[in-house]
Amino acid sequence: MKIFTEFGRYILMLKGMFSKPENTKVYWKEFMHQCSDIGIGSLGIVVIISFFMGAVSTLQTAYQLVSPVIPKSSIAQIVRDTVLLEFAPTLVCIVLAGVVGSKIASELGNMRVSEQIDALEIMGINTKTYLVLPKIVAALIVIPMLVVISAGLGIWGGRIAGTATGILSTTDFDKGLLKAFLPYNVFFAMVKAYVFSFIISSVPAFYGYYVEGGALEIGRASTKSVVVSCVLILFADYVLAALLL
Amino acid sequence: MIEVKNIVKGFGDRIVINDVSATMEAGKCNLIIGSSGSGKTVFMKCLVGLFEPDSGQILYGGEDFTKMDDEHRKEIRKEIGMLFQGSALFDSLNVEQNVQFPLDMFTNWTHAEKRKRVNEVLDRVNLEGANKKFPSEISGGMKKRVGIARAVVLNPKYLFCDEPNSGLDPQTSLVIDKLIKDLTLEFNITTVVNTHDMNSVMEIGDKIIYMYQGCKEWEGNNKEIIFSKNQRLNDFIFASEFLKDAKDMRMLEQAGKIDNNRNMDELMK
Repeated sequence: MKIFTEFGRYILMLKGMFSKPENTKVYWKEFMHQCSDIGIGSLGIVVIISFFMGAVSTLQTAYQLVSPVIPKSSIAQIVRDTVLLEFAPTLVCIVLAGVVGSKIASELGNMRVSEQIDALEIMGINTKTYLVLPKIVAALIVIPMLVVISAGLGIWGGRIAGTATGILSTTDFDKGLLKAFLPYNVFFAMVKAYVFSFIISSVPAFYGYYVEGGALEIGRASTKSVVVSCVLILFADYVLAALLL
Repeated sequence: MIEVKNIVKGFGDRIVINDVSATMEAGKCNLIIGSSGSGKTVFMKCLVGLFEPDSGQILYGGEDFTKMDDEHRKEIRKEIGMLFQGSALFDSLNVEQNVQFPLDMFTNWTHAEKRKRVNEVLDRVNLEGANKKFPSEISGGMKKRVGIARAVVLNPKYLFCDEPNSGLDPQTSLVIDKLIKDLTLEFNITTVVNTHDMNSVMEIGDKIIYMYQGCKEWEGNNKEIIFSKNQRLNDFIFASEFLKDAKDMRMLEQAGKIDNNRNMDELMK
């Protein structure tokens, strides 16, 4: 029963976000702050993960494709589709669930415990609109951008690793990249990115916003939000693949 | 003025506030006192709308706060300032930005006008020069003063202070008490202070409500409290032997039975 109660509260929190902002300028400032926090704050880890993810994909694909019948350019083709369909949207979003999710949950949890949310409420501010909505909207805008950057870097990392280890030439890699390219895969990756962005931002916001207790509970809420977000991302990944592919 | 009529609030099976009625008068410091767990924080949170009472009325200028829609409530809340026990300053904003926040949110003033008002309020709470400091860089007393500055920056009609002296030394407590009292008189604010600091009770208690186990046990002012016959109130206020002696001395002095100059000698005995 608890899961239904929590789901109900989550829906009510989302519903409560939609009210007229008291002052658009202040909300815009908060939104931009969140864009910077989520986007710029996570860029470093996304760059590192994406580059090595692509590089390792190339090496492992080459390791498995031992048949002389299969052209080497197929490695690039496999790396491209793996990165686009799975690694860039899913793996990066799972990492972001940890990086961004824990930050959102602990930030809101700390604000709740130290009565900062109460202080905002007493001023007459809708705290769900002011604190939660900018985070979700910022995530919906910035995380898909990070996924696009990740896909590009992943493929680039694969290309560098392939040529650096002598597995295939840049010409072979580029040839494979263009072979049998389906633009729908990009659309699918972006659908996943938007769905995962919503999960990454709204689930930790829920756990942080409703935290009760002290520092220990903030830590617990943060951990729980990351675990739940990761599980939901994997579940949504399966559902989207089943529906859209 | 705030009128509270027959407020009841419970959590699960436990009744925390049981049929409390009171009037908080304008231009006065209305103190809610009581031991820990007596329900005074819950009572205050009901007053400001952070908790919904199970029954009863809370009237702000004659309008029932408990029955208002969200928009109407927002309007009333703009007239409320609150100082929290832990100050509740926004960690990511410096002192100036914390005080300016309500102005940013609810006024269309120019930057210069806002800056002028912020400096006025910070001067009023003796915090000139602390504008750029962050909450983590200032002392507990300064945090309280920033909290007060933020609470009064929009000239509220109602000021709520939840344990304003908790964690402060006696001297700083007196400064905070004096500040609350002065602001109340200066702007004719209806101030409600939640405290168990006896200095505050004696210094600023224009009206005192003593709560015991969720009920209003006694009501009076800082002069009447000395002579109260209410045993529970006396047990709470004069908990130490020293304070009991002080009360006895005060009563004897009032009755003209002892010389005022002898009080300290008598107490030392």
